[in-house]
Amino acid sequence: MTLADSTKSPKSGLKQFLSDQMRNIAPIFTLIILVLFFSVQSPVFFSVDNLLNILSNASITGIIAVGLTFVILTGEIDLSVAALANAIGITMAFFTVQPDYVNIATIPLPGLICIILTIASAIALGGVTAFGVTKIGIPSFIMTLAMMQIANGVSALLVRGQIAYIFPDFITLLGAGKIFGLRWSIIVCALLLLFAHLVLTYTRFGRYVFMVGGNREAAEYSGVNVKMIIGAVMVISAACSGLAGMLGVAYFGSAQQNGFDDFLLTAISAVVVGGTSLFGGRGGIGNTIIGLLVLGVLNNGLDLIQIDSFLKILIRGLILLAALVINVYAQKLKEGTAEA
Amino acid sequence: MSTSSIRSTEGAKAPSASVGDTMPILEMRHVSKSFGGVKALRDVDFSILHGEIHGLVGENGAGKSTMMKIIAGVHAGFEGEMLVSGHPVHFRSARDALAAGIGMVHQELSVIPDLSVAENVFLGHQPVTSTGVIDWRRMNDMAREQIASLGLNIDPTTRMGSLPVGLQQLVELSRVLFSGAKLIILDEPTSALSPPEIERLFTVLRRLRDDGRSIVFISHFLDDVLAIADRVTVFRNGEKVITEHAAKLTKDSVISHMIGRGSANMHMGESADLAADDSKPIVLSVQQASDGVMLHDVSLTLRKGEIAGVYGFMGCGLIELARTLFGKNTLKSGTLMIDGKSIRFSSTSAARQAGIAYVPENRKMMLFRTEPVFKNVSIAILDRIHSILLKTGREREISEAHIKDLQIRPPRTDIALGNLSGGNQQKVALAKWLTHLPQVLILSEPTRGMDVGAKEDVIRIVKALRDRGVAIVVLSTEPETILTLADRVTVMKKGMVVKEFTKGHIDKSDLLAAA
Repeated sequence: MTLADSTKSPKSGLKQFLSDQMRNIAPIFTLIILVLFFSVQSPVFFSVDNLLNILSNASITGIIAVGLTFVILTGEIDLSVAALANAIGITMAFFTVQPDYVNIATIPLPGLICIILTIASAIALGGVTAFGVTKIGIPSFIMTLAMMQIANGVSALLVRGQIAYIFPDFITLLGAGKIFGLRWSIIVCALLLLFAHLVLTYTRFGRYVFMVGGNREAAEYSGVNVKMIIGAVMVISAACSGLAGMLGVAYFGSAQQNGFDDFLLTAISAVVVGGTSLFGGRGGIGNTIIGLLVLGVLNNGLDLIQIDSFLKILIRGLILLAALVINVYAQKLKEGTAEA
Repeated sequence: MSTSSIRSTEGAKAPSASVGDTMPILEMRHVSKSFGGVKALRDVDFSILHGEIHGLVGENGAGKSTMMKIIAGVHAGFEGEMLVSGHPVHFRSARDALAAGIGMVHQELSVIPDLSVAENVFLGHQPVTSTGVIDWRRMNDMAREQIASLGLNIDPTTRMGSLPVGLQQLVELSRVLFSGAKLIILDEPTSALSPPEIERLFTVLRRLRDDGRSIVFISHFLDDVLAIADRVTVFRNGEKVITEHAAKLTKDSVISHMIGRGSANMHMGESADLAADDSKPIVLSVQQASDGVMLHDVSLTLRKGEIAGVYGFMGCGLIELARTLFGKNTLKSGTLMIDGKSIRFSSTSAARQAGIAYVPENRKMMLFRTEPVFKNVSIAILDRIHSILLKTGREREISEAHIKDLQIRPPRTDIALGNLSGGNQQKVALAKWLTHLPQVLILSEPTRGMDVGAKEDVIRIVKALRDRGVAIVVLSTEPETILTLADRVTVMKKGMVVKEFTKGHIDKSDLLAAA
């Protein structure tokens, strides 16, 4: 047996573990620090009411982040999520009877048909993105940028500067209603997160998502239909955004142009802050949940301690930057240990 | 140059070296280096004289790359002494080494194809005018001179990417020379070159040697080493076995030094007796295939239980042919038939489902280094294990069986693949296709860059697969690989089939002559 044949010596256990798990440890550590900090700083922070408050604020972002997690795991990106959510929310309003003072030329349909049609439009828009990325070969970054503008255009045309207030009853219940004091939107988000986690961890499709993100070329040379997987995650992302849009407009109580402006950055931040690798292949729904909580706690806590609201924007940017640094650094560490 | 003691045994000098003084330009004394407990070099003494071409050979993992990386300043920490022209030195980086006159040309070219030849030569230190603007005229003139001094006639304004690889390599070499290197390390310089290009490289190297420069020539191609080197050093298992004048060595004696046993059975791949059997059923055939870029009218027939070898030099279309068979590249014209039926693959996934398996030439293209071994093995068969839900237990069982069969070391399913050695990674790459026997197995460079032991394992596995009825095609630029494995041989040149051997005795020179 030659030198090359023998195994390379394993790294010391702890160092290996830390470099493997850095992308998971750092976000949890951040969350604990934030919770401790705000608990000390604000008397109302550490309470059940406030927890529910944080969760319900994070629920709509969470639904978007589920789809985005799939996309980022394959090493792609979807910048159209927020614009798409808004367009789909508005589409739903467009298919619902609005009060007379809302000056929109709607096409009212029965609630169920309206919901089905709206979800179908979300999937169709996702299909367009998937087609552009996989068949035509436009990089997802650019393709979804175009889709963002298209979705904004759809929103503008349908709502024409007006605001719609009425949505199908079922959606209003899910978006704004409560059961046992718990918002339905939290439950929907939690179920979706759970479902997505099961899909990613225990199904063949989930394994393919990770493998395509881990090494696209190797996946292709192993006979995995890479384009199909990437197309599928784009559609999943659009469907999640659509659902978020429908529940979101009900949650806000209104559908209007620019209704979801903050959500793109927040959703991407949640996935990345949670530790899912921007290069694909590492991370998952667990990470996204931590990321959502970190951002939720941060936003909520900063409100509670009465910080300058303009400073808040800067702080969010800095947190995202820190997360990006850790994300890229963790990737290098991981590759480094596999190399040596 | 001061008085420094050297071993007087180096006295007899190489036939064509024009050097009077035999003072080594570089001397390494008692050098040891280990990586995480594994000794890569053990107490090695090694020296390079002024004006010599020094061949360096050894199996993968023998320590030759480690030694060169120490010399070129890439590995800063090591035990032992390093003397340049008799003075002890300690390099902290490749830049330090270059400042001391030691440059390295790596196997993978680091040229920028979209820049001109002159820009590549002067990369990073272009001559500027007094106003700080690049002095194009002077740069082109100097580059032309520089390249002409290697005996070449290349227009310095040519786009680098439009030159053949062999010339690109020489331009890169001239860049290292231009930066003042007196000792140049060439890592596998001939692996991508055709015989005429190799001859041109050798002419250049001899000229440099006669000018008093020293060259270290690392290569797996022993014929090339023996043809160009004045002295040859053989490494084995981190130790230097011997340094000897090339004139006193034969390929056999070098091989026996490399592997440490008699080379009687090491004539592997020098020649072969082909026994193609046209009565075997045809599994896959391509007729008049063209991809509009590299392949022109390629026809190839694969038969059940037979290994078809396809030989050619780098860039002759082997890679493109393999990709086309696996549905990665599409055909512009021509037909692809499986079991007599015409077929067109829309994706690699379709090819896999049609029973075609492919192991590409580069392991990185095939394997997930940060994923555990069992996921690497199971990726190609997931849909056969279950359609929706994963069965990880089953995946592990299958992987364990392959690990046992193929003797993959270490025998564990759960460690990240990147922790395995190259040979074992290659076995994993094969293993993923073996759970359900494919109809057709495409092997691109199956033994490239592997040590002898792992090579023999792979050859044994491939032959066993043939005997179980798989139609196999081996595409390689290494004649030894083809001659060891193939039952019939097709030779390709510039995207076309130029020769077919089906019966009788052929040897390496037949292949080289045809390509």
